[in-house]
Amino acid sequence: MASVAMTVNGKSVSGDVEGRTLLVDFLRNDLRLTGTHVGCDTSQCGACVVHVNGEAVKACTMFAVEADGAEVATIEGQANADGSLNVIQQAFQDHHGLQCGFCTPGMVMSAAALLKDNPKPTEGEIRAYLEGNICRCTGYHNIVKAIMAASGQDVATIAAE
Amino acid sequence: MYAFEIERPSTIADAVNALKSEDAQALGGGQTLIPTLKQRLAMPASLVSLTGIGEMQGVCLGDAGEVCIGGATTHATVAREAAAHYPGLAGLASHIGDPAVRNRGTIGGSLANNDPSACYPAAALGSGATIITNVREIAADDYFQGMFTTALDEGEVITEVRFPVPEKANYQKFVQPASRFALVGVFVAKYADGVRVAVTGASEEGVFRWSEAEAALSGDFSAAALDGLSVPADGMISDLHGSSAYRAHLVKVITGRAVTAAG
Repeated sequence: MASVAMTVNGKSVSGDVEGRTLLVDFLRNDLRLTGTHVGCDTSQCGACVVHVNGEAVKACTMFAVEADGAEVATIEGQANADGSLNVIQQAFQDHHGLQCGFCTPGMVMSAAALLKDNPKPTEGEIRAYLEGNICRCTGYHNIVKAIMAASGQDVATIAAE
Repeated sequence: MYAFEIERPSTIADAVNALKSEDAQALGGGQTLIPTLKQRLAMPASLVSLTGIGEMQGVCLGDAGEVCIGGATTHATVAREAAAHYPGLAGLASHIGDPAVRNRGTIGGSLANNDPSACYPAAALGSGATIITNVREIAADDYFQGMFTTALDEGEVITEVRFPVPEKANYQKFVQPASRFALVGVFVAKYADGVRVAVTGASEEGVFRWSEAEAALSGDFSAAALDGLSVPADGMISDLHGSSAYRAHLVKVITGRAVTAAG
């Protein structure tokens, strides 16, 4: 067992983990932050995307001890301070960017990482950035539209209505 | 996963020492190794993480103008920081996997694993790069020794990779639609003393140089120079995604696209 300490959504947390404990399992099982989902567990689907030191990573493909000392952000920390949805989350709701919702935590975290580096992405850039986030319900159009809207851009031109 | 310990050394010397213990294995970004461990295809007693080693991070320019990349540098960092010096290499790095994978996966990890469909081996071989380890320097032409096989010895760590910067270069890949790995990927680089063409994804022997194309392109750097050439299907990978003849055909098509894109 190894001791790990990190900051998760601004709070200092610590715990004892095995070497093989994945970051996503530490978040879900030890910290009970179950908003980060495990979809494929093979780093394909992106439902487990969180930010580690500001960068989007797949929490199912990183060990908890590798995040020792890091700043981790999960979907639970995305809402505004007053509990209302942040601009990306609100856009997903407004533009019907989810159906079953299983992929949504990863989609929102990937969208946040994209908009941090590229505040006004084109539709093509959004679609390219979501390469590692799989949704089996929506067909992606409304997810792309939501991210476009969250970036303050006109969504009327998005391919399919 | 079977149980193991993880060490996180902060220097190359400490990492090399830790790798001397029995059944120890180096851990780069883990984007291949962690899925492998999940499938119980590997059973190390300990993993030695290389990502906390500062001296193995980052991109810089060497004295001879070559681009030097620390072995633990992520694809995302290469895509960002090598763009001004070697756009062909940065372009390749910016299309490996997906954004989250690029934030973890490292150049050293990719080259040490030498997956037959990985992108970086094509860049290293196509650029005539030098792979620098804790004990020696290895020319790319000597480094790649077949599928998942390299010149690295047990416990040897890739600390840096040095790329001579060509006049022009480009990498094109035809991705397998589900895995997004290169079904065939070709890196073309035009240097003052000739053109290098390295092909990944296609051969059962892993990455290889297509010497006939190199000779033709060294005389005339255009896709038309490839017209009379063909790649034999013998030794090409054949699987449910494509026959060996299909891959052999793709090598020529993708090489032409890379030459055209290099301009």
